[in-house]
Amino acid sequence: MAPPPLARVELDYSGGERLTMNMGPQHPSAHGVFRAILTLEGETVVGVDAVIGYLHRCHEKLAETLTYAQYPSIASKTDYVAAMTSEFAYVLAAEEIGKIEVPRRAQYLRVLTAELQRVASHLLWLGTWCMDMGGALGGGATIFLYCIRERELILDLFESLVGARLLYGFYQVGGVRYDIPSGWADSCRTTIDLIDQRIGEYEGLLEQNPFFLARAQGVGVISRALAEDVGIAGPLLRGSGVNFDLRRAAAYSSYQDFQFTVPTEIAGDCFARYRVRMAEFRESIRIVRQVLDGLPEGPISSRPGLKSVAQIRIPKGEAYARVEGPRGEVGCYLIADGSAKPYRMKWRGASFSNLAVLPHIIPGHKVADVVAIMGSVDPVFGEVDR
Amino acid sequence: MPAWIIPVIAPFIVLNVVVGLVTYVTLLERKFAARMQSRIGPYRVGPHGLLQPIADALKLMMKEDVVPTAADRGVFNLAPIVFLIPCMLIFATIPFAPGLGVADLNIGILFFMAVSSMEIVGLFMAGWGSNNKYALLSAMRAVNQIIAYDLPFIFSALVPVMLAGSLKMSDIAAAQSGLWFVFYPVIGQLAFIAFVISTLAAENRVPFDILEAESELVAGFRVEYSGMKFALIQLGEYAHVIGTSFLGALLFLGAWSGPGPEWMGPIWFLLKAMLLFLLVTWVRWSFVRIRVDQILALSWKLLLPSTLALLVATAIVVVWRYGGGA
Repeated sequence: MAPPPLARVELDYSGGERLTMNMGPQHPSAHGVFRAILTLEGETVVGVDAVIGYLHRCHEKLAETLTYAQYPSIASKTDYVAAMTSEFAYVLAAEEIGKIEVPRRAQYLRVLTAELQRVASHLLWLGTWCMDMGGALGGGATIFLYCIRERELILDLFESLVGARLLYGFYQVGGVRYDIPSGWADSCRTTIDLIDQRIGEYEGLLEQNPFFLARAQGVGVISRALAEDVGIAGPLLRGSGVNFDLRRAAAYSSYQDFQFTVPTEIAGDCFARYRVRMAEFRESIRIVRQVLDGLPEGPISSRPGLKSVAQIRIPKGEAYARVEGPRGEVGCYLIADGSAKPYRMKWRGASFSNLAVLPHIIPGHKVADVVAIMGSVDPVFGEVDR
Repeated sequence: MPAWIIPVIAPFIVLNVVVGLVTYVTLLERKFAARMQSRIGPYRVGPHGLLQPIADALKLMMKEDVVPTAADRGVFNLAPIVFLIPCMLIFATIPFAPGLGVADLNIGILFFMAVSSMEIVGLFMAGWGSNNKYALLSAMRAVNQIIAYDLPFIFSALVPVMLAGSLKMSDIAAAQSGLWFVFYPVIGQLAFIAFVISTLAAENRVPFDILEAESELVAGFRVEYSGMKFALIQLGEYAHVIGTSFLGALLFLGAWSGPGPEWMGPIWFLLKAMLLFLLVTWVRWSFVRIRVDQILALSWKLLLPSTLALLVATAIVVVWRYGGGA
């Protein structure tokens, strides 16, 4: 099928004039490489045609050629903003098939890094969303720089833990690879206290600003029925009133040991999703504090001392493991065949499923709202295209 | 000296000073914005980045001039000039000290308003001549927005005119020798606020910069311009911002009045204009932008009726206080 022509003005019989405009894949606010073919009537969008695949890197085929010890470092490249999430899903799937025990300390460390990653990912979301709405040379850039400054603090923590800032190889089948160094717990506490305070400042800066409220309230409303129907997850779902969080509904890796609430809003607009993520900041910080307070002693892996890449073999079986990532449900379906490499691996990308909601909610809005809605959906195209 | 020398040299000097001021004001904005974002801004080029504007100007002069194949060449090439000329012309009427101005017209304010509204022509020419959908979209938004905000701009600027009783700029400045108009009870403050909001919109500054919305339209009407033409457009934009800052300082902040000897007058004027400019910059780097329909709604539904009401209130106050004479 030939791709639609890029500059085409159709004249409608009713006298209206429709303009087909291309947004992306190279675009300052496409959040990655994303092409949206918008059909406009004046300033209003009447149709959205999403084209993805610009970042396809054959992860699923790659997983068949890499062993269970090698792939977790590569898994982080799917959702590169929240790298810990994808690794988590993969190792959980492998452990489920192989019935491999994970020591409690490792489970707690996994929760710790997953929640810190959630905070870092939401900081990036807030910064880029405000930048999309405010301009790279405007008020949005100010909030972007503040959020990146805070995110750097978390990345520094990860660097002293794992050695890498963005793409880690922290998770391993059977546990985690590194233990927290001495002094790390204290610097972690100081960092999250600082971030907790700064989040309060950003909330004040944004929510008392009528311009921000005008851009975010009432825009991109996902009704509850649509949310449940179309298969979205994460803050998009919780912003529309559905109280579903995998950390509660299907608790994994000792999440049941921690006290936290699942923030839900009912309005379903961009502002509701914003409020959900801001509340999730606070909940994640709460979980991190509980983990640090109650971290048990013990080994960090039930399969320590990896000497060769083919050392971990998973017997025949299949499993689907899912984690609650910052963007929704990240799932990994693994078919193991007894060797050191999986027979088949399939990712459920949270952003891929979340993008399905765009053709339902964008028509009817103005061009400027498209950016606001894209930002509040918060896609990461590594996850979409894999 | 022949009589025609002064009217030729004075504008030449003023234009050069304005161009120099505009280039250094870009540095001021960058440093100010950087400090707001907890970074330093230009630092390496020259001591503390002082040679950065020179480097930028040289770079723009050396860039290749690209004209899109399908662009309307005449319109495309002429647009930056048509945009720049009104932005420079507004400086003709501003007196920098009593008697020190290029053309202190009797209808100074009227000339300023009329000429500054003409840059919209150049803007639309740029958007149209680029043969680019994004540019056209942004140019159309610009026409909408500037027309919507010119009226509140004029009305809020008319408040000091009515209080001073004259359209001549030096008369307005002289009338503030007792009390600056911004301190005039209620009316002065409201007019000042309306003036600042309208200039933000008329100059396409955030939060009203939907025109160039970098994250949507990628530089809007100037997306196809490069090199010297882009420099001219930038020059025009910043000159307009500075021009309205000077106007605001003259209308509301007392122009050249300030403590110290007579010759300090222009320096105070400059400081006050820079204060207004920094206010505009501060707003730019703090707020997100609002959508074009929200911008227009703000103007037609809120700002225009309120400035109109303010104008009527000023008229009542003037008649009541000065007995209908002045």
